[in-house]
Parts: sequence; structure tokens; C-alpha cells
Amino acid sequence: MTVVQTAPASVPALDPPDRAPRTRRKGDGLTAWAFLLPSIVGFAVFFVYPAVRGVYYSTTDWNLLSPPKSVGLANYRAAIHDPEFWKSLRVTTYFVVLSLVAQLAIGLVLAGIMHRLLRSVMVRAVLLLPWLVPNVTIGLLWMWMLDTNLGFANHLLHSLGHGTEGFLTDPNLALPSIAGITTWAGIGYIALLFYAGMLQIPQDVYQSAQLDGAGEIRMFFGITLPLLRPIIALVLVVSVIGSFQIFDVVAVTTAGGPVGLTKVIYYYIYEEAFHHFRMGYASAMALCLALVLGVLTWVQMRLLRASTSDLG
Amino acid sequence: MPHLTTGQRVGRTVAQLVVGVTVVLTVFPVLWMVRTALTPAGDLFGDSYGLWPHHPTLINFKRVLGMTSSAAARAAGGSGAQLDFLLYLRNSLIYTIVIVVGQTLSCAMAGYALARLRFRGRTAVFGTFVGSLMIPPIFTLLPNFALVKQLGWLDTFPGLVAPTLLMSPFSVFFLRQFFLSIPREVEEAALLDGASRARIFWSVVLPMSRAPLFTISLTLAVWSWKDFLWPLLVGRAENTRVLTAALGVFLQQSPNAEPDWTGLMAASTLTVVPPLLLLIFFGRRLVDAVGFTGVK
Repeated sequence: MTVVQTAPASVPALDPPDRAPRTRRKGDGLTAWAFLLPSIVGFAVFFVYPAVRGVYYSTTDWNLLSPPKSVGLANYRAAIHDPEFWKSLRVTTYFVVLSLVAQLAIGLVLAGIMHRLLRSVMVRAVLLLPWLVPNVTIGLLWMWMLDTNLGFANHLLHSLGHGTEGFLTDPNLALPSIAGITTWAGIGYIALLFYAGMLQIPQDVYQSAQLDGAGEIRMFFGITLPLLRPIIALVLVVSVIGSFQIFDVVAVTTAGGPVGLTKVIYYYIYEEAFHHFRMGYASAMALCLALVLGVLTWVQMRLLRASTSDLG
Repeated sequence: MPHLTTGQRVGRTVAQLVVGVTVVLTVFPVLWMVRTALTPAGDLFGDSYGLWPHHPTLINFKRVLGMTSSAAARAAGGSGAQLDFLLYLRNSLIYTIVIVVGQTLSCAMAGYALARLRFRGRTAVFGTFVGSLMIPPIFTLLPNFALVKQLGWLDTFPGLVAPTLLMSPFSVFFLRQFFLSIPREVEEAALLDGASRARIFWSVVLPMSRAPLFTISLTLAVWSWKDFLWPLLVGRAENTRVLTAALGVFLQQSPNAEPDWTGLMAASTLTVVPPLLLLIFFGRRLVDAVGFTGVK
């Protein structure tokens, strides 16, 4: 965020080069394109070209082996009438809500405590630990923790006099369990984002509030939350976009089961593409997802602009 | 701390307790993973849930690293399938290092051109790059897979690294923002001395930018290390299979009713060691990096 804020200030400061002779500019142009060449090649071949191909594939029937057959908008019509598609979107939305409410609330409280009381690098480093662990490992590690026969969670339940729970196999528990796993994985990172935002709030605001006799909890709700609002909004949108694309943990722990209750949209697209080789249909659904995420990203960028004016 | 009322003291204690509990909850599952990896498979069915196994052993690490015979691995609870996590570790390191070096260099050059050089089309190029941040990975994943397949690059390192080797809009954006903040005077002086732009970039700007280059490299290293779906699809053969993909395959090969937990946890531990080393050596850098690169 700090980086973003410095940007606009430097753009108008172009004094000396503006008056430089024309010949210099030409030289710059050549150097500039040479400098940009590698990234433009990478961009053209692996971003632009596949994006265009993706739109084309979404209008075809294609199994990766024989050449794609054009079918017009049939894939999109199929998606609209595909109950599994809508179900996967519902499952994903449910997951995003479950996963993010806890993460944002606890993340804010943790950041607030670290900000006002406990500025230890050690604590922050520990909180960052799950961010360093690959999602596949996170999935596997929690599959083991939540295992029905030998998992630690059920051991804990037993010692509390509670019966065994099939966290990842019970239809009522599977999705909440996955949301719990991603909460474990994401909470520290989110807390650190909020913490970085809180550091931008000037200290004297707190000092004068303290002179007026305000306690920590009142300051948290009266100062920290309102001043952090743009960053909270930003983190929320970024997290929603990220959570919409959950795949790894689901692929490892439940593979969409039990009875499709954890089949999130990303997993459904993957399954259609690489298990059933329906690349055209998968591309059409990917495009729909891209549109949803595109709208969310647009909102994010608007917020990014809003956030710079608010705290700066 | 002077003049704390009882209420404030209680408040402080509660707050510290919240952080303490979070820290324990964060660390415990990781410790449990390591603990399981050090436990003989036969002991899992015992009643012990202590933090340290009764008969600690390295056999699980040895067998996933392919350092035991198939018979010995079976005796220790494995399926006997050939596992070579040493090879997958090597593949993951190659994958990560190549992408970090390639992308950082290429995006630093692009970021510098977009921040400092004056040429027609600068705004258009920058706008296009930033706009592409809106394209979610899943959308380019399917066509990229098709492209790599057509090129005959499946199961090769070029195929694995190709999409991210030269470019990520985020890295360009991040580095451009930094280059904008370098004072122009430094470069002006070198220009007056007759140095070319390319020379200034290499011998003045890059050495000045060690900190942000390191930040973006660390972030890219963690991201690439965690990559799963792309390397799973493209690097399926043994000698291009990265750790995360190998872990997924290992799980699939493990019997459903009774997974090889001790072996799986040993393999899982291996995927955490390199990032953990980064955290130990560059803890503060990584923690600060989140503040800079987090809201991408």
C-alpha cells in the first residue's frame, strides 16, 4: 500500500528530461522496447494469446485430442441449465462466507492487539507460518488432524467425553471443516495485512484520545476501525477473490465429496476439463468465473484508489 | 507500566491470552505433522497422544526419500511403491529458482522502462499490464495447458516454467512503483557522464534496488514453491514432478481406508522445510513483505 501511494507524486516531476533534445528521446525508445521485450513476449504468449484462445475454446466442443468443433453458444446455454454449475457456485459462495467472516473478525482483533500492545516480530513471524506452507500440505496435514480413526481432533473429542465426528465425510461438517482449515491457514496473513494498515494511523490520535480518558476497546471501535475502513474493504475484496478460487485444499481433502457438497466451482471446472476432457464446457465456465472475478477486481481497484485518499 | 487499573490489567492479560492461544493453535498442527513423521507406523494405533513419540524414528523420512529398499519400506508401513522425494525436492528447487530469477530480472527491466524511460506507448503498455491483473489464473490455465501440450513441452522444465518465467503483471507493477521513488538526480549525473540507459540500469539502479528486489524475490519464491495445479498438470513424469504434486500423487496411491500417515507426514514435512528456512533467516523481511505486497 505504501508503494501504491508514492506513485502519483513522482509522475509530474519530469522537469529536466522534458527539455532534453529530441534525439535523446528516440534513443530512449529503442532502449525501452529492448527492456520491455522479455516481459512483452511472456505477456503476449502466456497471457494474451491464451485469453483469446480461452474465449474461442468456450464456443467449441473439444476433448484435447481431436480438433475443436465449433458449437456457438451451446456451452453457455448448457451452463445455465446445468444444476451442478449453479450448485458449485452456491457451495463456493457458502464457503467464502464461512471462511471469511471468522478470518476478518479474528484477524482484526489480533492486529489490534499487536498494534497497541504486542509489537513483537517473533509473534508476527509465527503467525505468518501457515502462509509459507503449500495448500496441498495444509490439506493433508488437516486431513490427518481430522481423521476419523486416529486424528488428534477426535482424540480431543473423546477425552472430552464426546463421540467420533467424521469432519470431512459428514455432509453437514465437510464444508465447514474446509472453511475452518482455510481459516487456520489465512488468519495470520490477514492479521498482518491489517497490522500494516494500522501502522499508518498516526500515534497522536491515540494519545489525545487517551488524554480524554478513552479505553483501549473504545479506541479500537472509535479510532482504529473507522480509520482502517478502506483497508478492511480492500482486504475483504482481495480475500473474496482469493477464496473464490479455492482448489488445492478441496482437491486433497474431499475431492468434492461427500455427495458433491464441497464441489467448489474451481474444482468443478478442473474435473470437467481434466477428468471428463470437456475443455469447451470447462472454458465456458472459466469465462463465467472470470467475469465474476473481474467485477470483483474492478471493485478492488476502485477501493485501492479510495484508500489512498483516506489515510494519506 | 505506570497507573494501570485492575480493569486494564485484566484487559491486558486477556489480550495476551488471545495472542498466546492463536500462536499455539497456529503452531500445533505443524508440530503434530513433524511428530507423526517421527513415529513408527505401528505406534499410531497405540493410545499415546504425547507431544514426543515413544520410539522416535527417521525411517519414514528415509523411505519417502527413496533411501530404503522396497521391502524395508513396506515393513515400515509403506505401500512399497517407489518414492523419491529427494528427486521431487530437486525439481521443486529448480522450478522455484528458475522462476524467481527469470521473473525478477525480466520484470525489473520492464518496471524500469515503464518508470523511467520516455517512449511512445508507455501508458498503453502499462495500462495493459495492470488491466491483465483482472484475468484470473483459471482462465489462462486451460489454454496454456493446451499450448504447452501442442509445443510438446509436457513433462519438461521449459513447459513448467514457461507461463511465469518472464512475466507477472504484479511483479512489473510492484517494481515500477519502487523505481518511481528513486531520486532522478542519481541517474541524471550518470547520464551527464555519458553512460547509456542500459549501463545506468545495471550499475546504478539495480544495486540501489537490492531491498525491493529481495522482497519480490522472496514473495515469488514462496508463491512458486506452493504452486500445485499447474505443475501437477504439466510435470507429471517423475523427473519433472515437484513436491506439492508428488504429495498429491502419494496420497492417491495410499490406500483409502488406511492411508500411510507416517509416510505422508514425513513427505509433508519436507515441503515445509525450505520455506521454514526462509522464515528463520529472513523473518523480518518476510513479515514486512506482507505489508508491501499483500494487497495485490
